Amino acid sequence: MDAIDRAIVNHLQGGFPICHRPYAAVASELGIGESELLQRLERMLERNQLSRFGPMYDAARMGGGLTLCAMALPEKEFDRVAEMVNAYPEVAHNYAREHWLNMWFVLATETPQRIGEVIADIERETGYPVYNMPKKEEFFVGLRFQL
Amino acid sequence: MKPQAAVDTARIPDELDRRIIRATQAGLPLVPEPYRQIGEQLGIGAEEVMQRMQRMLESGVIRRIGAVPNHYTLGFRANGMSVWDVPDRLVRKYGKQIGALEFVSHAYHRPRHPPRWRYNLFAMVHGRDRKEVEQKVAIIAGLLGGDARDHRILFSSRILKKSGLRLPGGG
Repeated sequence: MDAIDRAIVNHLQGGFPICHRPYAAVASELGIGESELLQRLERMLERNQLSRFGPMYDAARMGGGLTLCAMALPEKEFDRVAEMVNAYPEVAHNYAREHWLNMWFVLATETPQRIGEVIADIERETGYPVYNMPKKEEFFVGLRFQL
Repeated sequence: MKPQAAVDTARIPDELDRRIIRATQAGLPLVPEPYRQIGEQLGIGAEEVMQRMQRMLESGVIRRIGAVPNHYTLGFRANGMSVWDVPDRLVRKYGKQIGALEFVSHAYHRPRHPPRWRYNLFAMVHGRDRKEVEQKVAIIAGLLGGDARDHRILFSSRILKKSGLRLPGGG
């Protein structure tokens, strides 16, 4: 990444315009051409320096259900249960973490009611309890890396 | 408080909004007129796409439009979920302060599960390595002072699944 790439990333962590030629508008703010901006974005996506470019949606505001869940699993059961949990299409991310609660996953469902049903299914299928930790209030979501 | 039940149902996306969401959730087209291209895909005009996306941006369905840096590729290889036990009456005050720190990517009030899980404030902290995450967590600890009765850092050891949030259903 060179200085122009860094300027693009720093400039575009939010606030991309909604207008007919948004890339041209941003490019002129950065003092580069529209096609250069497009090429650089494409290259940073290909190199995985950007994980995505576009609108970030808030799943909870789409009328669906969203929650964070945790489980405490014995080491020898971990991989088997991880496979079962990951098989649910409602499981969006799943991380192993170093704690007695060693598996943490996000559930996203089409309706809020489905959350409880999926949790009950996971508990029944795996035989282990699920700690449901839906957000009560959100204070910040975003990334603010200045490169 | 912003409990989910209080979300204004009038702002929940309708079917055409949902088609726009599905068409853009993997990303915005990298062409000079991206909104026109989305419209062509859906059989509607660029104006309609822009109006609807503007409305979703204003209602918070779209948090923002922009680039998401891959913090791992860019050298921020460690992330720790810091969890804090603070008095419930102070959780909002501290949540806002912690959410304003530039190294925190997510900050939430979540329910306790006593007796085994006492933490009610969550803050995801990123750093180049674990030591840097620990230094940043120490900054949060300093900010909370004696109001933090306990805290932990849960480092991730493995990504087991990362499919991202996807709206189900076809185009």
